[in-house]
Amino acid sequence: MNLANLLDNYEEAVAMILFVIGFSNLLLQPNLIKKIIGMNIMDTAVYLFLALKGYIEGHKAPIVVDGVQSVDAYVNPIPSGLVLTGIVVSVSVSALMLSLTIRLYRRYHTLNLDEISTRLKKEDL
Amino acid sequence: MEFVQNFPFITIILALFSGPLCSVLKSRAAKRVNTAVICLVLAMSVAVLVFTLRTGEAYIYRMGHFSAPWGNEIRVGVLEAFMAVFFSVIMLLCMLGGRRELTAEVEETKQNLYYVMVGLLLSSLLALIYTNDLFTAYVFVEINTISACGLIMIRQNGRSIEAATRYMIMSLLGSGLFLMGICYLYDLTGHLLMSNIKEQVALLAASGEYHIPLLISITLMSVGLAIKSALFPFHAWVPDAYGYSTLSSAAILSSLVSKGYIFLVVKIFYRVIGFDVIRESKVINVLFVFGVLGMIFGSVNAIRENNIRRMIAWSSVAQIGYIYMGFGLGTTAGITASLFHILSHAATKSMLFVSASGLTDVSHGETDFFGLTGSGYRNRIAGVAFTAGSLSMVGIPLFSGFISKVLFASAAYDTSGKLIPAMIALAVSTLLNAIYFMKTVIRIYTPSHRAGIKTDTRVIAMREQPQKAVVLMLFIALNLILGLGSQPIVNMLTQGLEMFG
Repeated sequence: MNLANLLDNYEEAVAMILFVIGFSNLLLQPNLIKKIIGMNIMDTAVYLFLALKGYIEGHKAPIVVDGVQSVDAYVNPIPSGLVLTGIVVSVSVSALMLSLTIRLYRRYHTLNLDEISTRLKKEDL
Repeated sequence: MEFVQNFPFITIILALFSGPLCSVLKSRAAKRVNTAVICLVLAMSVAVLVFTLRTGEAYIYRMGHFSAPWGNEIRVGVLEAFMAVFFSVIMLLCMLGGRRELTAEVEETKQNLYYVMVGLLLSSLLALIYTNDLFTAYVFVEINTISACGLIMIRQNGRSIEAATRYMIMSLLGSGLFLMGICYLYDLTGHLLMSNIKEQVALLAASGEYHIPLLISITLMSVGLAIKSALFPFHAWVPDAYGYSTLSSAAILSSLVSKGYIFLVVKIFYRVIGFDVIRESKVINVLFVFGVLGMIFGSVNAIRENNIRRMIAWSSVAQIGYIYMGFGLGTTAGITASLFHILSHAATKSMLFVSASGLTDVSHGETDFFGLTGSGYRNRIAGVAFTAGSLSMVGIPLFSGFISKVLFASAAYDTSGKLIPAMIALAVSTLLNAIYFMKTVIRIYTPSHRAGIKTDTRVIAMREQPQKAVVLMLFIALNLILGLGSQPIVNMLTQGLEMFG
């Protein structure tokens, strides 16, 4: 019964698996670039999940053509709006993370955050 | 509709637009604009507070031309207005208190960028306080994170950039979980406005449908915000971020940024999910356990720390633990105690940071304990303020920390089963607080010649740094007001919580 539910909603399951992959990459990878990639995977998984939830099978994109205004014709537009907002947020956050990474790389010539930390402790700035 | 009802919206927009304006100004002009904006926000928030106290009920302000459940809105009551007033007071004092360090530590050409960040931060805090829309809250949480990261990295040495990176990573993990929680909740209820979600959640809870997804959603949101506000197991970035950033940043981060997220937690508990459902869900028990652990663990680490700024930062970890313990009690009295502790901690911690920098100024810039010997004599006002802050954090009567401990204890008394762990945690953590704060106070009032330690002989009189002296006096006054006039404030918080849900 439960397995059948899981198979029915396999798209959501995929989104969750991607979320966990991204989350653990962001948390555990020592390499800064891989962390940022993990963050992007995590965010994209959320957008996938949102888009899936807004999609209604057989309905079209919510753009009024030929004067059809019935709710049965279109998918839910709000998740798409949320995804767009979310993309803006994650773009700016990625840019900030990348700029921090550039700063650290120029200073320490490595992308490994743990190594940078140990070196900072030795310098004792 | 009265004109004053527009003020919450105007304060958010004003602070938001002061950011871009500061980016094109010279640093001196940006400084003036920033101070003026914070003062204006303060004045407007006071007007809103007076208005809500007079009418005695919360009002909803529609953003745009669509009414609920489609449009976006902000909701203003006594609690929100009071928080806005308090946050802008603390923001103003932190900026004034750290001005000298800011000009010394940050490049001349970069200083106006600092004011950009402060403007954005103030705007996002106000938006988090007022908003009634869950997704808007998420967007402003991210703005808050980005501007806080800017505040940490503005000093541009290796340490602060690394601290900013670590802060960003933890924050992003938190906001990822929070966003996922919002998506779950949106799927379950079909709404984004908090009041509408609450209606639907009440129906779901009554019918018992979708019990597990609802629980997951509550957990994701609570854990996400707990990570962002540095609750105990997620606190690793705190000492570096507070210890190596410039003074204003450390004070603002510890007293405001984490509090904005905590206020959002209260909002989610009361307005989005409903407190009864939260109490049923047992999530608060988890918060209680981690809060108690944080109270002990933060204090133990503070005792082991030798650097005064990092010690204050560790103490913040312990105080965040107090706040979450109050949530964990699961009663309205517990939440009121936590709200009061938000105020008390914000007033005290920023004072401790400002006064600690006054003490290091007269000690060759040394931040470790031996260097600080006798510094309380060399910079009298900083010494007095540090002592007052320490007494408040330990919980001596007269000061605000005492009141919050009394409130926590009396709130714990009404719960079943949590009384004994809460009391033990309060007692142990008070004792540990006393150890490290009194150790520092004794150290700064030990005459250096008697201790046989050679230290700086420079003396800073109050007249030399009048701005800082005035700020410290205002901080002490604020603490005494919170400590001595606590009853009206607690009444206001209780009244605000009643109209909050």
